[in-house]
Amino acid sequence: MTRHVGKESRIRLMIAMCARAATVAAFAVTMSSIAASSLAAEANDSWREIANDAFNGRPLADGSPLITLEMPERAEDAAIVPVTMRTNLPPGDTRTLRSLTLVIDENPSPVAATFNVGPGVTMISTRVRVNSYTKVHLVAELSDDKLYVVDTYVKASGGCSAPMANNAEEAATKLGQIRFRQFAKTTAAPASVPREAQIMIRHPNNSGLQRDQVSLLYIPLYIVRQLRLWQGDQLILEMDGGISISENPNIRFSYLPNGASTFRAEAVDTEGHVFRGEWPVEPTM
Amino acid sequence: MMQQMRACHASAPLRSAAVVILCVGLLLGRTATLTYSQEVLKSLSLDKVESGIYVHAGEIALMSAANEGAIANLGLIIGDKGVAVIDTGGSVREGRRLLQAIRQVTNRPVLYVINTHGHPDHVFGNAAFLLPAVFVGNRNLPRDMMERGPYYLNSFRPAMGTLLDEVKIVPPNVTVDSQLQLDLGHRLLTLRAWRVSHSDSDLTVFDERTGILFAGDLVFLRHIPVLDGSIRGWLTTIDELAKIPAKSVVPGHGPPFAPWPAALDPERNYLERLQSDCRDLIKRGVPIAAASRLAAASEKSHWELFGEYNTRNATAAFSELEWE
Repeated sequence: MTRHVGKESRIRLMIAMCARAATVAAFAVTMSSIAASSLAAEANDSWREIANDAFNGRPLADGSPLITLEMPERAEDAAIVPVTMRTNLPPGDTRTLRSLTLVIDENPSPVAATFNVGPGVTMISTRVRVNSYTKVHLVAELSDDKLYVVDTYVKASGGCSAPMANNAEEAATKLGQIRFRQFAKTTAAPASVPREAQIMIRHPNNSGLQRDQVSLLYIPLYIVRQLRLWQGDQLILEMDGGISISENPNIRFSYLPNGASTFRAEAVDTEGHVFRGEWPVEPTM
Repeated sequence: MMQQMRACHASAPLRSAAVVILCVGLLLGRTATLTYSQEVLKSLSLDKVESGIYVHAGEIALMSAANEGAIANLGLIIGDKGVAVIDTGGSVREGRRLLQAIRQVTNRPVLYVINTHGHPDHVFGNAAFLLPAVFVGNRNLPRDMMERGPYYLNSFRPAMGTLLDEVKIVPPNVTVDSQLQLDLGHRLLTLRAWRVSHSDSDLTVFDERTGILFAGDLVFLRHIPVLDGSIRGWLTTIDELAKIPAKSVVPGHGPPFAPWPAALDPERNYLERLQSDCRDLIKRGVPIAAASRLAAASEKSHWELFGEYNTRNATAAFSELEWE
C-alpha cells in the first residue's frame, strides 16, 4: 500500500516538477504577485489530487482543534525540519487515535509517512525534508472510522543545506544502529499520564532522486520502509516511511506505560535489511 | 568555445565588452542599443593582499538579485605562467565581473579555477571561466555539485531570479584527495582537502611564497559561521588549520584578509558554544525544535546574519551530536 502510493507519487512528481519548471520560467516575465497567486492555485490542486489518491476519495473532515500539526514557518535546515503531530481529544471523548499520515504537498513523494499507533499514543515528532515552499497536511484516522485533516505552510529556506545526506561514507559505516531513549517525567505523575520516548536509526534514507555523477544514473531509492516498536507484546508505533523522512529517521512519541518490562523494535529498509533492538523499560522517575 | 574564451583572455577591453554584449544579446534575444550600454559590466573591486594576490571581499549578506550573489570572498593568485582563481561567486555575472577585474591587473591566462567547496556563492560563477582553465576541487566536490546543483538552482530562484539562467554546474576535472601542489610559475600553491567540516567538500589553498592561506568557508569572520557538514569535524579541522604556518588568512566571508591564527578564535568560540549548548540540551531531553532556538543564543551579539543561520546551525549540530 505504502509502496504503491510512493510509486504513483513519483510519477506525479515528475509531472509536478515540469509544472514547477514552467512556473519558474513564468517568474521571469511575470509580476511576482501574479506568480504567487498562481502558485497558490497550483498548491491547492496538488492537495486535492494527493488526498484523492492517498485516501481513496474518503471524505476529510476539518480536524481542528482535535489534531494539531506543528512545524516551523521557515524550514531553517531543509534536510531536517522538525514536525510535531498531536491529538487533543477533549476529556470524556472516548475516541482514540488509529493513525497519522503526514503529507508534504510539493515534495517529490508527497506522502512522508503513515504512523499507525497503539493505545495511548497522542503525540509523534519526527524530522522531514522540505524541498520548496509547500503546504503540509496531517490526516488523522480516529476510532470513529473518520478522517480528520489540518494543514500548515512551510517556507523552504533558499539556503545551503540541501535536503539530502551530507556524509554518505560515514552513513554507510554506521548503517542500522538503533538508539532508544526514555525521557524522565518532568514531575511525579501517576502511571496513567503518558511518558515520552524516542527511537532513532542510522540510515541514509536516500530519496532515489539523486544522480550518480559518474554513471549519471539515479542513485536507487534506499530508505527505511517500515519501523515497528512494541511495548512488551503490544505494538505501540508503526511507521510506513517515504523519502521525505530525514536521514537517520528519528521519532519521539508519547505512550502509556503498560507494565511490560521491555521495548522491542524492528526496522526494514528497501533493500530488505532488517535491524532490531531491545531495551529494558526504565522505571518511572 | 575555446576561441571565444581566448578572445576574452586577449582582453582588449573593447573586444571583451563586445563578446559580453554578444552573449547577452544572444541570451536575451534583444538588440536595443540601450540594453547594450546597461550591460557593460563593472569590474569587481579587488583588494591587493600581497604581491600577486588580490581578493574581492563579498558583502555580508544573503545572495540576492540586487547583490548579484556577490557575498563570498573571491581570490586570485598570479604566477609567472598564469593565474589561479579561487572561487567564482554567486552568479555567472559576478564571475564575469571578476574576470574583468583580473584583466585589469594581469593579462596572463587563467590556468586554474579552484573551488573551496560546493556552495552556490562560491561556484555559481564557474561558467564565466570554462576552457581552457582547469577546474580543481575536493574529491567530494563532483558528487556534491551533481547531487545538490539542481536543488540550489531551484531554491535560489526566488532570490536570484533570471541571474541564474546562465548558471551551469561546472564540476572540477582535477580533484584533491588529501594534498596537491599547483605551479603557477615560480609560485607553488598547496591545496589541502579536509574532512567533513563546514561542508563535505572543503579545500584550502596556501601560497608558499607569501604565506597567505585561502581558507574558503573553513574560516568565517563577522558573518556567522554556517554549518553544513559536521560540527565535530569542523572543530577538529580548526585545530589542524591553526598549525599551518600562515601569515594571514583570506576567510570565505568577512574582511579580505585577517591575522593568522587569531582569525580562528571567534569562530572556534561560536562552534564550541554551539556544541556544548547542544550537548546540554540533548542531555536534558529538550526536543530539537525547542533546542534549536536556544543553542548558542548567547553568541548573538558577536555575529552578523545570526538570525538567518543560527537556528539552522543548531538543528544540524543537534542532530549530529545526539548520536554521540
